Amino acid sequence: MDVVVLFFLLGLGARLAGSDLRLPESLYEALSIFLLLAIGIKGGVELAGQPLAIVGPQAVAVIALGILIPLIAFPILRSLGRLNRFDAGALAAHYGSVSVVTFAVAITFLTSRGIDYEAYFPVFVVMMEAPAIVVGIVLARRGATDKPVAWGALAHEVLLGKSIVLLLGGLAIGWIAGPSGIVPVKALFTDLFKGVLALFLLEMGLVAGGRAGEIRRYGVFLVAFGIGMPVLSAAIGIAFALAMGLSPGGIVLLATLAASASYIAAPAALRIALPEANPGLSIAASLGITFPFNITLGIPLYSQMAGWAAALGGH
Amino acid sequence: MQTHAKKLLVVITEGALEKLLARDVRRLGAHGYTVSDVRGGGERGERAADWEADRSIRMEVIGDEAVIGTIADHILATYCPNYAVSMYVADCGVLRPHKF
Repeated sequence: MDVVVLFFLLGLGARLAGSDLRLPESLYEALSIFLLLAIGIKGGVELAGQPLAIVGPQAVAVIALGILIPLIAFPILRSLGRLNRFDAGALAAHYGSVSVVTFAVAITFLTSRGIDYEAYFPVFVVMMEAPAIVVGIVLARRGATDKPVAWGALAHEVLLGKSIVLLLGGLAIGWIAGPSGIVPVKALFTDLFKGVLALFLLEMGLVAGGRAGEIRRYGVFLVAFGIGMPVLSAAIGIAFALAMGLSPGGIVLLATLAASASYIAAPAALRIALPEANPGLSIAASLGITFPFNITLGIPLYSQMAGWAAALGGH
Repeated sequence: MQTHAKKLLVVITEGALEKLLARDVRRLGAHGYTVSDVRGGGERGERAADWEADRSIRMEVIGDEAVIGTIADHILATYCPNYAVSMYVADCGVLRPHKF
């Protein structure tokens, strides 16, 4: 198990044991800004050498993946979970959107094993953030005319939210500066990355542990969905990755992105766009179940699945 | 010291509503407002402000009784059905009435 995951387990264990340890909110904010920028910059430097003819069609495929996942999740939540359309739409949106920290853990997983991946992958993180949120809202609101969605305000909330601005901004900085221009800030953004990720995961462990009460309240279906849906999404992600011709590491990353569930961009947007949905339900699933599952067992599992799929496909 | 009677409206609610509420209270006639980050718990569970989707705010608005009444009614109708909201109104005395 990667060392950063141990920090997560420390936070999780501390909160479950009843410790009142907490990181100052301003530190949490600062760490998340650092991580988003660092991921963006690293991708931007690599993007400089990539022909748009390759990245463009791949980005379109990734957006399609972001649209497809909530379309699959919604009927499952409605029929098996017996959720109302608002809760089903909100959960579907969370699971189609992505978690940047889960992505970061997948990168450290690949790096520590020396597995190569398309270094411009942060572009795909940006592409997958918003589409599912829109799909989830449309699914929940379909047919209801009493409350029109304020799409302008929503677009502002999502597209100018912290994660997209910093990821895109980092990509632009890395792209413009290039490998030599980035050297002066490399010590901060590249060399310290894993340490900062570890500290952030400690905090995420504390937050995830705080969801235990809600998980107990919502019961078995939510736990089953919180583990089953990411595995299903990962399988779909692997199929997309193979069709896109990604590298072995890229297959694992796309599987992880597909499997990850948003707990920052999606909750903020959906609280405004779908006020009828119960936010506790989505957060308990995405942050309390899926996030811990993904970073401990999920990513190694998706790596295995990617290996099996590549073997089947004769790669 | 001479004070002038006004009403103080305090709204404790989810951080997600901050921008909407700020826009609404201005539109409904308030001259200003103050927002602070808070944490607490209620019938919808604990809001511990652990991370950004879990933030809570306290908005204070001072104004004439009519304006405060309009704002309170608007919040009751628009946000109370679906959001965690605690709200109360108190009498207060201000020193510079033209500000409110």
